[in-house]
This record gives sequence, structure tokens and C-alpha cells, in this order.
Amino acid sequence: MTILNELSAVELRDRITGGEIKSVDAAEAVFQAIAAWDPFLHAYNSTFRESTLRGAEKIDRDRAAGKKPGLLSGVPIAIKDNICTTFGTTTCSSKMLADFRSPYNASVVEKLQNAGALIVGKTNLDEFAMGSSTENSAFGPTHNPWNTRRVPGGSSGGSAAATAAGLCSAALGSDTGGSIRQPASLCGIVGLKPTYGLVSRYGLVAFASSLDQIGPLARTVADAALLLQVIAGHDPRDSTSWPEPSDDYLSELEKPLEEVRLGLPEEFTGEGVDAEVASAVRTAVEFYRAQGAKIVPVSLPHTRYGIAAYYVIAPAEAASNLARYDGVHYGHRAAHPEDLYDLYAASRAQGFGPEVQRRIMLGTYALSAGYYDAYYLRALKVRQLIKHDFDEAFQQCDFIACPTSPTVAFELGAKSGDPLRMYLCDVFTVTCNIAGIPGMNIPCGFSSDGLPIGLQLLGPIFSERRMLRLARQYEKNHDWHKRRPQPPAAEPRHKQPD
Amino acid sequence: MASAAALPQYKVLIGMEIHVQLATRSKMFTGAANGFGGEPNSQVDPVVLGLPGVLPVINRQAVEMAIMVGLALNCRIAAQTKWDRKSYYYPDLPKNYQISQYDQPLCGAGQMELPPADGPGATVRIRRAHLEEDAGKLLHENHGAFSLVDLNRAGTPLLEIVTEPDLAGPEQARLFGEELRHICRYLGVSLGIMQQGHMRFEPNINLHIFHQGQWVPTPIAEIKNLNSFRAVERACGYEIQRQLSEWMASPDAPPPRGKSTRGWDDDRGVTLVQREKEEAHDYRYFPDPDLVPLRVTPEWIEQIRARMVELPIPRRERYRKQLGLSAKEAFSLTEEKSLSDLFDQAIAAGAPPRRLINLLLGPAAKLANERSAAQGRPVPISDLPVSAGQYAALARLVDQNAISATASVAVFEYLAAHPGSDPAQVAAQQGLLQVRDAARTLQWVLQAIAANPQAVGDYRNNPKKKQASLGFLRGAVMKLSQGKADPKMVGQILEEKLNDG
Repeated sequence: MTILNELSAVELRDRITGGEIKSVDAAEAVFQAIAAWDPFLHAYNSTFRESTLRGAEKIDRDRAAGKKPGLLSGVPIAIKDNICTTFGTTTCSSKMLADFRSPYNASVVEKLQNAGALIVGKTNLDEFAMGSSTENSAFGPTHNPWNTRRVPGGSSGGSAAATAAGLCSAALGSDTGGSIRQPASLCGIVGLKPTYGLVSRYGLVAFASSLDQIGPLARTVADAALLLQVIAGHDPRDSTSWPEPSDDYLSELEKPLEEVRLGLPEEFTGEGVDAEVASAVRTAVEFYRAQGAKIVPVSLPHTRYGIAAYYVIAPAEAASNLARYDGVHYGHRAAHPEDLYDLYAASRAQGFGPEVQRRIMLGTYALSAGYYDAYYLRALKVRQLIKHDFDEAFQQCDFIACPTSPTVAFELGAKSGDPLRMYLCDVFTVTCNIAGIPGMNIPCGFSSDGLPIGLQLLGPIFSERRMLRLARQYEKNHDWHKRRPQPPAAEPRHKQPD
Repeated sequence: MASAAALPQYKVLIGMEIHVQLATRSKMFTGAANGFGGEPNSQVDPVVLGLPGVLPVINRQAVEMAIMVGLALNCRIAAQTKWDRKSYYYPDLPKNYQISQYDQPLCGAGQMELPPADGPGATVRIRRAHLEEDAGKLLHENHGAFSLVDLNRAGTPLLEIVTEPDLAGPEQARLFGEELRHICRYLGVSLGIMQQGHMRFEPNINLHIFHQGQWVPTPIAEIKNLNSFRAVERACGYEIQRQLSEWMASPDAPPPRGKSTRGWDDDRGVTLVQREKEEAHDYRYFPDPDLVPLRVTPEWIEQIRARMVELPIPRRERYRKQLGLSAKEAFSLTEEKSLSDLFDQAIAAGAPPRRLINLLLGPAAKLANERSAAQGRPVPISDLPVSAGQYAALARLVDQNAISATASVAVFEYLAAHPGSDPAQVAAQQGLLQVRDAARTLQWVLQAIAANPQAVGDYRNNPKKKQASLGFLRGAVMKLSQGKADPKMVGQILEEKLNDG
């Protein structure tokens, strides 16, 4: 049975709609895999076995009745637990929302369901998506399926681990500073952060509104394209949603790009990058050169201010976005408050973990009278400079290639005592969010100790269609994506973390 | 009090902040119905409740209404405007920030010419007007240790209008408020029902006192949340006296700094310092990343301007200058747009203005008042079942001396009781058409003279009572004729007979 859950989403969909596989069997296979693996990984916060099987039965009945299948008919999808669903809870891996049930579905959830997808569960994340290792979850960390002593990356670590381990066909994550691409890199899968505004944010619990985007995590480029096809497009409920129809990401996916110019930013190599990571990325670039791409050096001089600007803008917006969790209307409420102030203070002190509290304090400080100009306004100026850097670079090249993460997956606990070191995990990914451009990770090798390495592609706004073709061109000629982590035979480990 | 005799010379400066709830179909940033009232928390949706993951979307109708008011107040409409978050924690504010406009208001500087009602007129400069969302309400009563939250009002579009301190006294402050209410009602952006909080006023008051050769300002007091014009006038009046006495108690003390916030106790008729917050407010304004800046094109502004009706102030000007109405009549006619519209329609149908206004402000106003009292709700004149065409026809009958003013009241009452009747036919059927028959008139004159020897005697013998007696006898003749006699003919024949005798 295990093979069923390891098919790509496209293959599975084709076999289900072609009648070779029953949707119910595919769903059962996924839940068997979850039962066997997830005690070791803790990729999921919650799973929906019953509703998924009911949905699968309907897919099978509809097929038998000759109804037209959706793009994701019968495909088991996991979604990050900061995306609102009317079924189950939407916890954001926070004690604050541990019991929160949303009365509405996020736009992406509606779109998935309309396309026939089966939502099998909601995946673990760093609390409110703040982190790079999924260790900041109030419900315990997620483990990397390649090595359960290692982190899966974050904040979409649960979605990445579940996808890599075959506990779903593909997943949705959210990316504010690298939260799709970095865990995709650390778990050896494809992850795409779309152009800001391409996918509706309605129903994504906001972390930093001007940076957040929902995107796919998948085992193949074609699967990522398929998910993007389903979730992209204008949504009148999101004012920042791009008002044009989205592209066709599927039809020309197999066609390699001609005369592509690939930019190599000098700022994205050098210090802090693992030798094995640097070497794998170099080899990938050489592949493109051999395929006829023109390799051009480009400069993104303001990259070095990216992390600093990000850690002003994102916490400022987060402090405001998270103000609503106050113990009054919903969510965690402290017992026996002395007065209103105490109700607020105690509920928030109990409901939020340390990293969330740290960022709320950072953001509140940055927006305070007397500091606004020095921090927030200045960060916005840096944002303009970073955007300008990319505009300039994309005059000289079509796409930029660089590492997604400077290192492979690190050990659990290795950085959790040092927030600044943790923040530097995002050094290659944050500028993409700051500029609003699309970026994706594709697997491009393994380290000597068997951990995945990722290549990051960055492109101009709304270049997803061509970027996916560029990624597919690489994937078609490599086998990295065919390697799968092996299920552990031992006892669950995450209950006694090292 | 120092000395009652030494009242100093002083000027009053009042600026006003007004919150107008816009009567849009849906709320400021979501499709939930903008109709509060009803069960607590029934006029809400996930956006109003500020649930995780929701996003705001600008209500175009609210923007258009705000632009309309801005144009009526001669404001410069911004070509581009943005939305900011104003952060503060309070249980009636679901997101713990309010979406407002900080440094790029939709409407910039403008002005309103406040017409002279009784006192002098004034030019009131408008500083700005911006859109924001309202908060909900807390219910403190009868719930023990708890307060309850009702979010029906949350998310209602509010237009906040801020004036410069150009109002020179309590009466002007009230007149300004009333005028603004008229404008909002004419434009259809608000029903202007004060008891329901459709408009809330916050005057900022201080005095400039002439002391030892220079003008010394008293500290500004802001009076929060007044929702009647009477309260505006009384609170301003009280506050002026309070600041004056406070200053007079120690005129040479260094002036206290800063602005205080005061509440109005309507029962006691006093303003009271409101408990100051423990810490100074820092609203940490920043642009709302969930909303994009709004561009307002000149074409859009012109489309909106084209939909605007003629406002009360220019209407009054027109009535006074073109139709010769008094200021008071013009004001009365324009208090309700529906009445003013009815008036204009009747004029267009050929009504002589003088006769028409007598009908509208006379018998029509009286009947509307009676019906209001009987039905326990306001019945505007325009709701009476008499059309503009009927008013015009009736007014023309009076003007052509076909019926007397007295008879016109009877005809009007008949029309109101029998909708759709023709005024001329009614006058004829009721025998109310004027009689210009000298012989009939002479009979009525002789009857009146015979019946009133005292008045006749006074006319003939007492020069002091001559005019009064003539008036009395003329009235007696009209009464005998049941209002049908032609007053001019009555006058001629009556004087002839009295002088003959």
C-alpha cells in the first residue's frame, strides 16, 4: 500500500480519474502512513480521517456517475495550521488558539475543495509562523523525516515533513520570510512562494500582512504547478490580491526555456554557506550552463540589510495583527483576572510563547512614537532599495539562482537558545518577500550525511509560469526528487527529544 | 470668584469634531449589513468580529458619501488617500486597532459659510474629514462582575469632520451642528437621528482673555460625545463660564498646559473631567498593510458631484433672492428636503410663491403636526396626500381672488381628507368661490352695520378707535359671507356706508 501515497499528485489524480485507483484506497494509504510515521515526526497537529474517507467515497461515486473530475480529484492535501477551516481547529500551533474553530474557510481551502482535493489534516508550524525550525510550536517540534534528530526547517515544517514523508500528496504552507522554501530545502522537496498578491490571503491567519503569501509544497515541480493552478487568482475579499486572472502553469511545463539568462548574485555566496551547499548549487548552475543558459553575475547590494529590515517590518505588522488575541472575544483567557488590564496581560502572557512575545515587543517598540522614523520608516526605505536591487538585476537576467538555506537541516535545539542565529537561517529567503517577487526551492543534492540541499530560484513578479518550467528542466535531468526518506523502525522519538 | 465687577474682555474659540455615521447598506470594510439595533451581535460577520485571517475591503459607497460631504463643505478632495491602523486596547474594538486615516485624509481643507440666522454669520474653516470604522458598545448594567460586548455597531462607517476653532460661541456651535445635519440629510448620507447617535459632537473650547495688554489663552477642553444640539449649546455655555471663573480665580497664575477631556452631565448641566488614562496615548499609527491606497480621479469626483442635490444654504439664498421670501420662511422651508422639494415642484407647476408658502407653513404645517401627534411619529408635510400640482392650483385660486385665504384653508382640508380632488371643483362644490356681486355684498355690509351699533358708533365718533372698528366690521362682513365676499369690494362698500351715515 505504501506506494500509493508516494505517487505524485499528478499521477495519483490521473489514476483516480482514470479508474485505476480508488480514491478511498489512496486515502487509506495516506492514513496508514500517518499512523506509522507521524508519531516520529509530529508533522500534523490534527488529521481528518473520517471526513477524508467520506470525501474519497464521494469522489469514487462521482467518477462512477461520470461527473467531470476536478484538477485535484481525490488528491490528499495537508494544510498548514494557520489557514482557517470550518472543520477541526485552526491553532497556529499556539496555546492562544489551541481550541479555536473558524466559522469560515480560507479562500484557498474553498478552491482546494472545489478542485476535488481531500484535506487530510493540518500541519504543525512555528507558533503564528514565527520561526525557522518548527521548534516554536506550543505542541512540540516537528522532526525531519531524513533524520529525526534534525529540524525540518520552518515555519511550514509540518507541511514539508508530511510531504517529504508521503503523509500527503502535497501541502500548503505560508511564506513570510522563507517559511515555505527553507523547510522545502531542508526536507528535500519543491516549495514555491508566489508573487505577493497572486494567492488570496483571506483566511490565512496574518503574521506580517505585507509579506505573507500562501504557496505549495510538493514532491515534484509538476505537483507544485498543479496546486498553484488551483489556488492562484483574484479574490475580491483580499484587497491586495492581484486583479487579473492567473496564468496557465501546466500546459507548457515540460518545455525548456530558451536563451535563459541566469543571474548569480555575489552577495549570496561566501561566508556562512556550508561548503557542500555551495558546491551543490554550483553544480546545478553548471547544469543550466550546459543546457544553454547564459550565466551572468549580478549584484544585490542591499541584501545585507535584508534581515535587519525584515525584523523591523515583520514584527511591526505582527504586533498589530496579533493585538486581537486579548482573551476578550475568543482564544485563551486567563482565569480570575483582577481587572481589564490584567485580563489582557495575563491572557497574552499565558497564550503566547517566547518567540511570539519577543516579536510583539520588537514590533511595538519599532512603531512607538519617537522610534517610528528611526526604525519602521527606515526599514521601509531599505525595502524600496531591495526592490530596486531586484529590478536592476532582472534587467540583466531572467532568473536568479542561489542557495535556499546556507546550511542543511540542523539538530533540534542547536539554535533555539540564540534567536539571532536562528534569524540568519532566512538570510537568502527574506529579500524575496521584501520585494514581493516569487521564489522557489528545488532539491539539488544531498550532503555527505544524507541531508537534502536546495536550490533557490528567484524571478520577477508574476514569472511563476516560466520559473516552473526552468525548475522542471532541472528536475527532468536529475533524480534527487526520486529519493525518499525511509520510515523509522524504532520507537517514536519526538516524545523524548535529544 | 475674585470680583464680579472685573469681568475681563475675552474671545471664545470653539472648534468641533463631528462623527457622522454613514447610512451605507453595508459596513465600512465588509459586506455585513450596516443596520444596528436588533439582537446584540446579530449585525456582524467574521470581518466585523476581527476573527483570525479576515481582511478588510473598502466600501465604495462610504467613500462616495464622504466625498459628497467633502464637496458640500468645499473641501479639497485628495487624489490619493490611504488607510492607517490606530492601536489601542478596548473590549469594544475587536482587532484592538481601528482602521482610520492618519496623515492622508480623504477630504482636506474646506469651509462652510454659516448663514446669519439670528446672530451674525460666520465662515467656519474645515480642517479635514476622514473615514474610519466605528467601535462596538459595552453593556455594563445588570451583569454582575461582567460587562457584555455588543459589536453590532462595530465597523459602521464613520466620517470624522474636524473644524478650525472658528465658532465664536455656544449658539454658533449649535447652528453649525444643525447646518451640518441638514447637509448630511439632504445628501442622503445620514438620517441624522440624534437620539440614535447618527451624529456625535465633540467641541474643543478655550478662551482668549485680554489681560495686561495681551491675549492669554486658557487651556483647551474637549467635551466628549454630545449627541444633541441642546447639549452642544449648553455644554459650550457652561464650559465658557467655567474657564472664565477658573481664570479669574487666579489671573496671574502661569497658564496650565495641555488639553483636558471632559464629559457632559446633562442632568446636572455641568462638564466634568474624565478620568485620564494612566499612560499617555501612543496610537502607533502605521499604514494598514491589508489595504491598498485609494486613488480618486477627477472624473470620479465629477460623477459624484453630478449626483448631489442643491443644498439647504443655496436653496435659502434662492428663495430669498429670487422669490422674495424672508430669512425665516426660507429656513422653515428648507429644514426638510422633502418640503423644499415639494415647494420647488409646486413653484414649477405655476404656484405664486407668497400664496404657496402661506399654504405650506399655515394649514399644511398645522395638519402635519396634528397627524404627527396622533400617530406618535413625525409626519412630514410632504407625506400629506396633497400633490405639488394641487398646491399650485389652490395657491393660484387665492392669487386670482377666486377664493379668499380663509376659504383656501377649507379647500386644503378637503383636499387632504379626499385625496385626488381638484381644488377649483372643491371650491365650487363647497360654495367657497368669491362673490363679486355688489348687491350681495351690500346686503352683508348692511347686516353687519345693523348688528354692531357699538363699532359703528366708535367709527363715527371716536377717532382713536376708527381704524380698529373698521377692521372689526370688515371681519364681521367676511364672516357673514362665510369668507366668500371679495375683501376689496367689502372695504369699499363698508367705508361708503359708514361715511354716508
